[in-house]
Amino acid sequence: MNGFVHRHPVWTLLVVLAAALVLWALIAPWPDGMEAVFGRKRIFLNAVFNGITLGALYFLVASGFTLIFGLMKNVNLAHGSLYLLGGYLGYEVAEATGLWLGAFVVVFVAVGLLGILLQFFVFRRMEGEDLRQTLVTIGISIVLADVMLWIWGGQSYQILTPEWLSGPVRLPLVTGMRGEGELVYLTFPAVRIAILVASIALGVLMWLALNRTRIGMLIRAGVDDRDMLAASGVRVQYVFVMVFAFGAGLAGMAGIVGGTFQSIVAGEDMRFLLASLVVVIVGGMGSILGAALGAVLIGLAEQLGSVYAPTYSVVLTFLIMALVLAFRPQGLLGR
Amino acid sequence: MAGKARPASDVPAWLVGMPLSYWVVGIVLLFMPVLANDFVLFQILGWSFILGMIALSLMFLGGYGGMVSLAQMSIAALAGYMVAILGTSGVQAISLHWPWWLYVPVAIIVAAIFATMIGALAVRTEGIYTIMITLAIAAAFFYFTRQNYTIFNGYSGFANVVPPELFGINWRRPIPFYYLALFCAAISYLVVVYVSRSPFGLALQGVRDNPRRMAALGFNVVMHRVVAYTFASVIAAVAGILLVWQNAQISPGTAGLPAVIDILVIAIVGGLARPIGPFIGALIYVLLRTFSPDVLLTLGLPGDRFKLMIGLGFLAVVYWSPDGVLGLWDRWRTHRRKAADPLTGQGGAP
Repeated sequence: MNGFVHRHPVWTLLVVLAAALVLWALIAPWPDGMEAVFGRKRIFLNAVFNGITLGALYFLVASGFTLIFGLMKNVNLAHGSLYLLGGYLGYEVAEATGLWLGAFVVVFVAVGLLGILLQFFVFRRMEGEDLRQTLVTIGISIVLADVMLWIWGGQSYQILTPEWLSGPVRLPLVTGMRGEGELVYLTFPAVRIAILVASIALGVLMWLALNRTRIGMLIRAGVDDRDMLAASGVRVQYVFVMVFAFGAGLAGMAGIVGGTFQSIVAGEDMRFLLASLVVVIVGGMGSILGAALGAVLIGLAEQLGSVYAPTYSVVLTFLIMALVLAFRPQGLLGR
Repeated sequence: MAGKARPASDVPAWLVGMPLSYWVVGIVLLFMPVLANDFVLFQILGWSFILGMIALSLMFLGGYGGMVSLAQMSIAALAGYMVAILGTSGVQAISLHWPWWLYVPVAIIVAAIFATMIGALAVRTEGIYTIMITLAIAAAFFYFTRQNYTIFNGYSGFANVVPPELFGINWRRPIPFYYLALFCAAISYLVVVYVSRSPFGLALQGVRDNPRRMAALGFNVVMHRVVAYTFASVIAAVAGILLVWQNAQISPGTAGLPAVIDILVIAIVGGLARPIGPFIGALIYVLLRTFSPDVLLTLGLPGDRFKLMIGLGFLAVVYWSPDGVLGLWDRWRTHRRKAADPLTGQGGAP
């Protein structure tokens, strides 16, 4: 960090200035001239917060994807199907028992088990055959999508927010001023704040687990050199199965989150597969921090784009991807 | 194929050397309108040719270039969109009513430029990343056409896009359309065969097998790959134009993710090894798609589960025969040959 400041004083100044500008735009009430150009501040703030929350959801889906890819070089294009399956199962559990948190546990275990099956019957048998894995997982995603369409039909499902998380929360961020100088604060659905906080906590936990525990050490060693790790006596297949189950379970849990603050409907599997692809391409394959950065970037681009350039918001996402590929093909934080 | 050209004959050698199967398939296809009804000509064979051409462009990239691009359907759809936008369609506010001799080449060129840009992005990465990036591009194209109303007319797309009445023929009638599609498919097939044996095609296959050695030999690896994208896109673009004429409409769903993946399924099921594979795969796909509801209903299953059948069939193919139907055929032939006694060489086929 200090080295960067010393080596690039101008860039540091620019970054600090930009950060200050963003901070000011977030905290202070906007002058009239700025509101004339950018529209109401409330809209901007809402877009920013929606973008970050969407990024949190993308992070939940993509971190499993990037972990699996980083460790095993498995490209699991059925990842979106796991997300959708998690959403449907979560809906069923939440409807049957009324327990929102309980659904997370059930779905994590169920989808994680499916992940174990996938790893055991599919990926372990075609290790190192990239193209075949990709094709088989595409086949699996076609089959799963149709089976889910068969069972749950084409209508959309909404998982109800539990009582203790419904309703808005007032955030200490000023959106504007009433006539008498009274400040108006931003209100935001509590459940989204909870999702955001939970994803950040999960991200930090994952980072700690990867960097501070023995199992994380094994995983990092596996990412760097799988054969050497196996040669030093570690049951590498167990590590693989565990990581795959964890990544799959995470995608399933993300399905519940997505079903709570958006909805669950056939076709979402492809949307979230695409989101995870773009997030890991932008952030860098196999990097948790990269997934977080990519997810927030893509979430913000989508939401801000849909507010300020409704018919071109997809192009914005795509442009980010193209720029990253053009200048850093391995992703922002990839190695 | 025993290419023994008779020296006394004035028939060109390539004609004599042509294998028997070419003659049989060619004659059957040429006289198909005598045998088949309009539905088979237009819906089954016409559609197979079109899908086969799009899959052929994927086969060229994947088989000869080692780059599996999932954006070929989007390129085809872009050409189709260009026809609808520049030519005549039911959306008067957007369509420009250009004559056909202008909009057809422009549509192909626009698609080729788009594909070259995709190629320039995609070749920066390799193998599995290419699939992911092209898949992301295809999805972005789908979402973009769906939400953009000023150019692509959003969700509803364009209807009433019909081919020009050239030579006084209505090209959407089954028999003219069949011959049009057959002509385009045959030309693309022959061009792909020709290019695969040309210096460019051989260099591309060299790049596929060992890019570093080809670079050391002085070949421009990146350029070969990007040009492969451009070349393949022309085939896909022609197919896209035929597709919009056949359906008389185009909408975001034409290049939706299921359609994008179907092209991959077709190319893989047919086999990426030879240019005939995609057409075989397309025929299988179209037959399955057309008749599976009936088959499923007779089996007592709900008729709308054809995706499940296609998915399971695709899984079976990639799980047990990664080189597709062509691979099965090749293995069956070598198996028959092996049936001959290895020591005496007697029995079995030559």
